[in-house]
Amino acid sequence: MIRLLAGLLAVLIFSSAVAIDSDVAFDDPELQARYEKLISEVRCLKCQNQSIKDSNVFLAADLRREIRRLIAEGKTDAEIVEFLVTRYGEFALYRPRASGKTLFLWIAPFFLVLFGGFAIYRVVRHRMTLPIDDETDTQGAAH
Amino acid sequence: MNRYLVPLLVVLLLIGFLVIGLKKGDPRALPSPFIGKPAPTFELPTLADPEVTVGSEDLAGKVSLVNVWATWCAGCRAEHGFLLKLAADKTVPIYGINWRDTRPEALRWIEELGDPYIASGFDGSGRVGIDWGVYGAPETFLVGPDGVVLHKHLGPLDPRAWEEDFVPRITAAGGNL
Repeated sequence: MIRLLAGLLAVLIFSSAVAIDSDVAFDDPELQARYEKLISEVRCLKCQNQSIKDSNVFLAADLRREIRRLIAEGKTDAEIVEFLVTRYGEFALYRPRASGKTLFLWIAPFFLVLFGGFAIYRVVRHRMTLPIDDETDTQGAAH
Repeated sequence: MNRYLVPLLVVLLLIGFLVIGLKKGDPRALPSPFIGKPAPTFELPTLADPEVTVGSEDLAGKVSLVNVWATWCAGCRAEHGFLLKLAADKTVPIYGINWRDTRPEALRWIEELGDPYIASGFDGSGRVGIDWGVYGAPETFLVGPDGVVLHKHLGPLDPRAWEEDFVPRITAAGGNL
């Protein structure tokens, strides 16, 4: 039993270290760095909570191959992103580009923080106007 | 009264979002960016004969279906009977893209189950699939006479999806039914 558990643990530990992408690296480290950055930011459409870097589904492998080809052809990152978006839509990107369609995604967090800040401000302000009444407090605790 | 108004509005807004989310159906389904835009051009060797090609030129001038299928795809088997029925009715011509498959297996499939396609292009490498934004077979595109994608159906085609999503668009585009 302990052996089995140890075996499972070993599988869990070591499997994460295995790279999914088994293709040959670019000779130029700069190209390889661009390639790795790009594939970590593209969503696997078949397994939607993984990037194509982390997925071993064939569609992810195909997309990696396409990105590799485009880089080798000298395309810029923006052109490669455009290639993906025209085919799969903005959803394919983990970091959607700022545009009219995705504007809401980009401003929503700031809006939420502002809203929360305003709510806290209102609550604090309201509490500051409450009379400090120790007697009722202790009575409240006694009940 | 006033102090409850804001929370009430917020809750109603949330409920609204949740209802929209529930009604949307399959959350994994992605809208195709090609709807209303020209279908990607393609040219593939046919499954039946590698010397002959099938491609965008064959689709021109008529309403047609482009069905992405593969022998490893369970949904494709599920919809095959319905595709055969559509083909037998001689309505809209159906073109196939045999995606990420092997020739022998695909040919055996056609032989065993029947062939609803005018022609199937063989896309073993998946390149054309990527150009069409395919992410899971079966997918069915409805292409108008001008080459514009009118609709994309994800998953097995069935009579209900056909009546609701395809028939009105085919009629509007002047295709024969």
